[in-house]
Amino acid sequence: MVTLNCDELSTREVNSLLHRLPVGSAVTITNPRGRHNLAVGLSNALEVTIDGNAGYFIGGLCSGPNLTVNGFVGWSVGENLMSGSVRVNGNASESAGASARGGEIYVSGDASSRAGISLKGGTLVVAGDVGHMSGFMAQAGVMLIGGDARDALGDSLYEAVIYVAGAIDSLGSDAVVEDLEDSDVHLVKELISRSGFDHISPEDVTRVASARRLYNFEALSGVAY
Amino acid sequence: MKKPSTKGRSMCGIVGLHLKEAALHRRLGELLTPMLLAMSERGPDSAGIAIYGDRALDGSLKWSLRASAGEIPWDDVGARLGRELDTIVQMRGVADAAVVTLDGDPKLVMKTLSEWFPDVTVVSFGHSVEVFKDVGRPAEICKRYGIAERTGFQGLGHTRMATESAVTTEHSHPFAAGADLCLVHNGSFSNYASVRRRLSDAGITFQTDNDSEVAARFLAYEIEHGADLGEALESLMNRLDGFYTLLVATESQFAVVRDSFACKPAVIAETDEYVAMASEYHALATLPGIDKAQVVEPMPREIHLWSR
Repeated sequence: MVTLNCDELSTREVNSLLHRLPVGSAVTITNPRGRHNLAVGLSNALEVTIDGNAGYFIGGLCSGPNLTVNGFVGWSVGENLMSGSVRVNGNASESAGASARGGEIYVSGDASSRAGISLKGGTLVVAGDVGHMSGFMAQAGVMLIGGDARDALGDSLYEAVIYVAGAIDSLGSDAVVEDLEDSDVHLVKELISRSGFDHISPEDVTRVASARRLYNFEALSGVAY
Repeated sequence: MKKPSTKGRSMCGIVGLHLKEAALHRRLGELLTPMLLAMSERGPDSAGIAIYGDRALDGSLKWSLRASAGEIPWDDVGARLGRELDTIVQMRGVADAAVVTLDGDPKLVMKTLSEWFPDVTVVSFGHSVEVFKDVGRPAEICKRYGIAERTGFQGLGHTRMATESAVTTEHSHPFAAGADLCLVHNGSFSNYASVRRRLSDAGITFQTDNDSEVAARFLAYEIEHGADLGEALESLMNRLDGFYTLLVATESQFAVVRDSFACKPAVIAETDEYVAMASEYHALATLPGIDKAQVVEPMPREIHLWSR
């Protein structure tokens, strides 16, 4: 087990040491004290643990490692994740999983506003609540929310699908609730099993997807002006 | 190497510490300084600190002054104020800034200052508050004014990356308006010019063309007309458009609010000993007992307010 102590290393040093570790290494980052940009851009399959509260962009741009944060994270955890996983044992601030193209992000607490913004194929599972404008313009991928969603969920959604176990304050523009099919229940079950957030009941989630009314301009809309 | 553009990046860092536990009062500056320094990257061009400490003796007010043309003989300023206002004056000068304590009608104090010392500007006044601000690196500013040694029950700090108006001491935060009210702001207001015109029509005078000063004077105006800080912030959210995380303090209250989009960051940590607020968590990471603190991110338009 490798230990990288943030009290002794700069963020650049931590990341460059991580880049050089052989595939399969287990490493713990200690004393993060809210530091930004830890464990970003890694393409080697490592098992990384951040022990404590961390800052912005944790685990962003990675394609390979499995990252666990024992604490909360700031804005944009797993931003532009390509593959691998980021597990937050705590709360996440805004824009969790922003633009993630692949991989899995698990948040055991709540995520704040704009969770899953512009999701491009990744998977975001939040055990608790998410803030306003979550799933905004999400293009592909899946979100599962174990708690409630605040205002304007799924505004301007493309092809991503959002499942919500709790209440939805309001749907955003062009987001609609659709019937739950067997394939949805199956997928949610799979996500519950992978996340371990078993307080979610797969048959009782609400499926939110795009009504696709914003996909094209109506040729006659101009008449309204 | 090309200098990175800061255009469109309205960063700024804000920090605040409201001490519930009296035993910590002697450590206010020591705790607040590293919080502010952690926010240096969010605002490298200017910085400012408001310290709420010992109340001036009955009737007296503390005035934070600044000599805009550089250092001046502060004792002469003190002596002149004493003579003109026929009162006892306590003067503490630090470089181009000074805190003067005296008993006198605020309007008369301001009139005397502008008559005799046109280069001296009033940064703040009140029973408890003292404000120090300047252009330059936050670390230099804290050192110059000995912030780490200061005691008190609450403090605010701001590191500025200017977007709306010039980089001068007058344009830096905190903005003080009315007795003991201070505001620090991360963000930008869009309709401040019209709000400012309304306030000007009501007789309010402004020191700068800065958008955050409008917010501070708006709150002071509302409070002067009977609102408490919570009500004044409610009015501000209905009247001012823009992006903001605001931290506002008076002699008895400490409040945080974010606009309805909540694009500007904020975290609040609370323990039995203190309430601490910052733009980013790492500014709180040096506080005692932070690992056990309850850390929350304020929701849009939610007023978080503490009273003492």
